[in-house]
Amino acid sequence: MEDMLFYDRIQFAFTISFHYLFPQLTMGLSLIIVYFKMRFMKTKVKDYNDAAKFWMKIFALNFTIGVVTGIPMEFQFGTNWARFSELTGGIIGQTLAMEGTFSFFLESAFLALFIFGEKLMGQKLHFLTGFLVFLGSWASGWFILATNAWMQHPVGYEILDNGKFVLTNFSALFSNPWLIPAFLHNQFASLVTSSFVVAGIGAFYILSNNHVKYGKMFLRTGVVFGLVSSMIVAFPTGDWNAKNVVKYQPASFAAMEGIFETEEAGAEIVLVGQPNMVEKKLDNKIAIPNILSFLTYQDWNAQIKGMNEFKEEELPTNIPALYYSYHMMVGLGTIFIGLMTLATFLLWRKKLYKSKWILWAILFMIPFPYIANTTGWYIAELGRQPWLVYGLMTTKDGISPTVSSGNTLFTLLGFIGLYFLLGVLFLTLVGRIIYVGPNSKKQ
Amino acid sequence: MEIFWYIVIAVVIIVFFILDGYDFGVGIIHLFFAKKENDKLVIAKAAGLFWDANEVWLVAGGGMLFLAFPTYYASVFSGLYLPIMMVLWLIIFRAIGLELRSALNYSMWKDIWDKSFGIASLLLALFFGIALGNLARGVNLGGVENGISVYEAHYFFLPLWNSTFSPTSIDIGVIDWFTIIIGLISVIALTIHGANWIILKTNSSINEKLKTVIFNLNIVLSIFTLFSLFIWHLINPTPFKNFVEMPFLIIFPLIYLLGLVGLFFVKKYKNETYGFILSGFVVAGGISSTLASMFPVILGSTNKVNPSLTIYNMAADNYSLSIGFNWVMIGIVLLIVYSVIQRKLLNGKIDKMDYGEH
Ligand code: HDD
Ligand code: HEM
Ligand code: HEM
Repeated sequence: MEDMLFYDRIQFAFTISFHYLFPQLTMGLSLIIVYFKMRFMKTKVKDYNDAAKFWMKIFALNFTIGVVTGIPMEFQFGTNWARFSELTGGIIGQTLAMEGTFSFFLESAFLALFIFGEKLMGQKLHFLTGFLVFLGSWASGWFILATNAWMQHPVGYEILDNGKFVLTNFSALFSNPWLIPAFLHNQFASLVTSSFVVAGIGAFYILSNNHVKYGKMFLRTGVVFGLVSSMIVAFPTGDWNAKNVVKYQPASFAAMEGIFETEEAGAEIVLVGQPNMVEKKLDNKIAIPNILSFLTYQDWNAQIKGMNEFKEEELPTNIPALYYSYHMMVGLGTIFIGLMTLATFLLWRKKLYKSKWILWAILFMIPFPYIANTTGWYIAELGRQPWLVYGLMTTKDGISPTVSSGNTLFTLLGFIGLYFLLGVLFLTLVGRIIYVGPNSKKQ
Repeated sequence: MEIFWYIVIAVVIIVFFILDGYDFGVGIIHLFFAKKENDKLVIAKAAGLFWDANEVWLVAGGGMLFLAFPTYYASVFSGLYLPIMMVLWLIIFRAIGLELRSALNYSMWKDIWDKSFGIASLLLALFFGIALGNLARGVNLGGVENGISVYEAHYFFLPLWNSTFSPTSIDIGVIDWFTIIIGLISVIALTIHGANWIILKTNSSINEKLKTVIFNLNIVLSIFTLFSLFIWHLINPTPFKNFVEMPFLIIFPLIYLLGLVGLFFVKKYKNETYGFILSGFVVAGGISSTLASMFPVILGSTNKVNPSLTIYNMAADNYSLSIGFNWVMIGIVLLIVYSVIQRKLLNGKIDKMDYGEH
């Protein structure tokens, strides 16, 4: 039993973490491509169209891997989490089915047209198909987050005698107070990823003295998008999410922040420290007093519950992982804002293209938004433990009763092997697209 | 409500098999018949442009099944755990085969991905047929051993196969000789369907040859169909009960028959759409006849202890079903609009079209 749970969780965590590497680029990049296309139609400068086409190639490849890794996600609800699907299907089935019907169709139907149809349709229609692809991918994020929001903060349901959850209020699924902050935060975070990728490739072209014209265009677009989105990710959306966690999942907030004991005179904010689960304290702590109380309640002396106030079984199951994930995400978020502010400043002073050190920094920053996004999801999911549906259904009650751990281990190994191959192929081919560059004449 | 959802999901799944079915068929033809590089290229393109949009029907069908029949979704997907995982992997190989073949211009690279596309398509057609065979045959619900259920009544787990390979043994597996026959029928029908699609969408040099292939395969398909009817009573003692009680259901086998007979004249049609429509009839008629003969059962029980799963005992609650009804109607209209726009714009032969750069 314990074994079954363990492999089911690892398999889910592995496949979703891999899947999510791709949609986060898709969702942000579709917006940036639409932007390039719009600039082209306004200014008639052909370079913008080349840029749109170049990013579309990367987009298409990225999208393919996103789709093929997404399909196992959907079916895993049935294969690995059968009890969960059986009991909550009437509710989360709604949002997942809506995602399939409304957003994936929109995206896939128009993506082929967007990629192949420029000459067929003319510029206006081509722009429109690009916009619809963008709309589809954001709608898909919306429905997925609605699903996840219900698991984090269940609303509009009733539980029958046989344990089944039934929906009593459909619109509550979409007016869930958890949903809108999470959606906005998540979408802007995906815009962070794509702006950093665009800026990073731009920096790479300038540094390698190749396709410099495009390099500059990518860099300035990426930097401006990157600054705006990384600020919005921290404030107001990140802050807003944190307030939701305090309100609805206080135990996981205490664990995220590493507060072992409630402090009477307002909570300090922890910058550095390692949770020591045996002595129930933070080792090597560096903290600033009262800031956390202020950030959370706009009151320097407000109390924040520490982990000591909760029963053992109410606390998240993996506190150190949760704590580190949170500090990594917020730490990276702060670094992103700092770097992009500096870059924007240099751009404004017309020094950016010549400041090698910052170009290198932007180039090396490419993987970090991916890390921040992944850790962000780990906070959400680890913080929810031991619950699968917060407060109502535990994770161990959700697994498939008939699938043995041997079978799950087998498929987990299969996924690891297959996804490794996908990862290598993806990187090779993206590398090639970048090497060839945006200039359409030089294929 | 249950019947409404049952029909909607059945239609979505059938549309998936008509659309993505030709992609599988195209893959099989590609594997066995495409020899020249130019043919390989256009044939792969005949599937490559559409697989993604076609696959969404599977995703949407899966989502709707989850919504409307959650218990069934849970039971079947966990019970058929291994084959479903393999289908997921094959879908990955099929997709990357199609998408990556033209990414690098080395013949070895192309060979690898062509084989990946072809073999994955072949196995997918086989596995989907086997899956249908499993639903028709039924499973040991509740995992009954010596009259006692091991699991709850609606759960089960099937290994891939058991030593006897017999559909009538107690401890059945996913693969036995009955499900293999259904699997082969599916492979043949989809190969024919894919061949018709290639004839319709391309000017490949093997188009004429494919018509002969269709004709010959159609003979094999007819034999298999007769044979499967003959053995059907082994797994279902009263296979025609529904057709006697609800005579209008006969329409589904008739559609199948129309397609099957019509395909013998494939060489005579001037309009290439006819062949494609007829093989579409075969696919749609085959699946719908199987479902109709089982209705309202959606998964039979092979033991006497636990009852079969039907659309009534598997459905979600009424509020979910009826609220879903409202949006799914909008959804269906949108789906039709998107599909029509997409097909209109990508109409005509693939090789003549100027798609701009990729
Ligand atoms: C580029 C990525 C990124 C960056 C820089 C940040 N986040 Fe974040 N965060 C995410 C990416 C992300 C995410 C992956 O997108 C999550 C996971 C679920 C969600 O909706 O968004 C998330 C969730 C998430 C949650 C919800 C946790 C839960 O559901 O239990 C909180 C409280 C924050 N974030 C707070 C912040 C704050 C205060 C930041 C300040 C800098 C911050 N995030 C930066
Ligand atoms: C709609 C979106 C999502 C849903 C419905 C969802 C649902 C689930 C479910 C059912 C589990 C298994 C039970 C458990 O161990 O907690 C789980 C675990 C997990 N999910 Fe999510 N998830 C979603 C999004 C994500 C994303 C995008 C990521 C990461 C990138 C993620 C990361 C994880 C991780 C790491 C676990 C394992 C947690 C653990 O081992 O304790 N999830 N989630
Ligand atoms: C357990 C959770 C998840 C499931 C079941 C799931 C399911 C899927 C499926 C089936 C596809 C392929 C659709 C197609 O055929 O076009 C897909 C792709 C996609 N998913 Fe996920 N997904 C999950 C998590 C997420 C999350 C958390 C997000 C974003 C917030 C997301 C955003 C997308 C997007 C934008 C696509 C389009 C393809 C791409 O961009 O790579 N998914 N997903």
